[in-house]
Amino acid sequence: MLEIDPQLCTGCGVCEDNCAFGAISVVNGLAQVKEQCTLCGNCVDNCEAGALLIEQGEAAVKVNPADYAGVWIYAEFRHGEIAPVAFELLGIGRRLAAARGVQLAAVLMGYDLQDKAQELIWHGADEVFQLDDPGLKDFTDEAYGNVLAHLIKEHKPEIVLAGATAIGRSFIPQVATSMGAGLTADCTDLAIGEDGNLLQTRPAFGGNIMATIVCPDTRPQMATVRPMVMTALPPDKGRQGVVHKLDAGAFNLAARVKVLASVITAPDKVKLAEAEIVVAGGRGLESAKGFALLNELADLLGGSVAASRAVVDAGWIDYPYQVGQTGKTVAPKLYICCGISGAIQHLVGMQSSEVIVAINKDPAAPIFAIATYGIVGDLFEVLPRLITELKNRTL
Amino acid sequence: MKIIVCLKQVPDAKNVRLDPKTNTMSREGVKSIMNPFDEHALEEAVRLAAEYGGSVTALSMGPPQAGEMLRGAVACGADAAVLVSDRAFAGADTWATTYTLARAVITLGGADLIICGKQAIDGDTAQVGPGLAGRLDLAYASCIKKVQEVKDGVIIAQRMMDDGYDELEIPLPALFTVVKEINEPRIASLKGKMKAKKVEIKVLDAAGIGADPKLLGLAGSPTKVDKVFAPEARGERTMLTGTVAGQVTQLVEKLEAVLNA
Repeated sequence: MLEIDPQLCTGCGVCEDNCAFGAISVVNGLAQVKEQCTLCGNCVDNCEAGALLIEQGEAAVKVNPADYAGVWIYAEFRHGEIAPVAFELLGIGRRLAAARGVQLAAVLMGYDLQDKAQELIWHGADEVFQLDDPGLKDFTDEAYGNVLAHLIKEHKPEIVLAGATAIGRSFIPQVATSMGAGLTADCTDLAIGEDGNLLQTRPAFGGNIMATIVCPDTRPQMATVRPMVMTALPPDKGRQGVVHKLDAGAFNLAARVKVLASVITAPDKVKLAEAEIVVAGGRGLESAKGFALLNELADLLGGSVAASRAVVDAGWIDYPYQVGQTGKTVAPKLYICCGISGAIQHLVGMQSSEVIVAINKDPAAPIFAIATYGIVGDLFEVLPRLITELKNRTL
Repeated sequence: MKIIVCLKQVPDAKNVRLDPKTNTMSREGVKSIMNPFDEHALEEAVRLAAEYGGSVTALSMGPPQAGEMLRGAVACGADAAVLVSDRAFAGADTWATTYTLARAVITLGGADLIICGKQAIDGDTAQVGPGLAGRLDLAYASCIKKVQEVKDGVIIAQRMMDDGYDELEIPLPALFTVVKEINEPRIASLKGKMKAKKVEIKVLDAAGIGADPKLLGLAGSPTKVDKVFAPEARGERTMLTGTVAGQVTQLVEKLEAVLNA
């Protein structure tokens, strides 16, 4: 429960201002907590008087952390390829494994894996647990979850990381639940704390604040990591590692849900997550037609277009182009926002871009707070000029 | 078909903004709403019950004020509403939440189908749907964007993937989560609002769902918040000035290094 020390509380109201749930109000110079309180702890950290305290209590489920060792990553494999996020996970996984003085292993499952395990070793894995079976051709939560849970129970890694992709976000929660393990979603930073626990940092409240999560009493410590946030190591083809080819007979690959068909619809052109230059449009485009200008600029720069949630919701462009908390995360060299006001939900998906250019009519638009270069103006005037200028430059 | 739809009341994050000067949240005008993904879950539940026959129970875990949101669910077509509420639930992470919801579902006698929104916009974890399915040992699929048919105890549906979609056959009993593309939530009818006014919202506390107090709330949560902090501000920022033509020229010069890379 959130406790308020009436001796220390100065009634300053900082807690009230910082509560996303409206669960604290200052009454007669004293903070009062209401039923909406979720014990998120934001107020405790913001209270300069140290008047707020959350009683943590004794954990109900406990394991001995010393029984668990090693860092694991789940290497997603679909339609013949390892997902790029797997290599990013190996990048951060190497750092964590070094900090803990343990091995880094990857779990690779699917059908017709060929020699993909080798790529995982080149990118930093010491070991690969590989299960290649027709029963894993299609992704089902049940079969994939059973295999991963089985391996975790057998080998007891202390940390298990997976990509926050459609597949990772779908089946990893069931694995964590069945282990009684904590799971932190969509991490943007991972590190080892002084006490050896995994510090898992993620955006909360739509990116308004960052929260660092720990799981001191349970193992493994599990986290999903947003794609494009961690950096993959360059492949070292001289790296040696061990590939454990597992026998499917030892695993339960039965799944109640059947995949009848697997359809790829995202057109090839949308390599949004990999584009080095992204031109994004928001409500300021006024209509679906506004994307013609954006497409022209993106083509000229060899980049991809993207969009805010508002215009995807309005149906001006398809969902695969959406950047933000509920869309894709991108981190290109250059991100040009046209007519995007800069709602937190959008910023979360693009604020790691190296250079951000914002073009907006409203000088007070929050997007300017994070823009490397800002232009206050009508995008229908600015963009044609920019296109002309860029064309002249390349002549 | 007995359908339970799980709903969460959340702060309306659209209106939560960071004050760039003080780097604190501005909550002005922020009210509590039904999690937007859950509106689609509710709509799908009501639609399926109407088409294939059945009843819809709206289930929420939250403070007493979430009862109002549940009334809204009844106004939009749910037949009954159940609120699981107890101070002991406060501070629950997704592990403790799925335990609590699973106990509630069992107390309600189970369901043929449970529908959840893909994720809640306050936590964005997308863990409660899959976790709940795991605890109840139900067939499960996430991110359903279309239910094509329910026939002979099997649902044919499309699951959204990063590169397209999968067509699935999901046997009942099952749980699935939905994305916004699945439907257009209805506006409450006058008749629905009348019904919502009169409906009795069943409230269950920790004892009422037969929960082990040790597994609830903060103590039952494996994940602990170590600290919270404001996101780091970005580095150098320049507002360009002058005529539009002048600003564009400056911009192209500034971007030279990026464009030549």
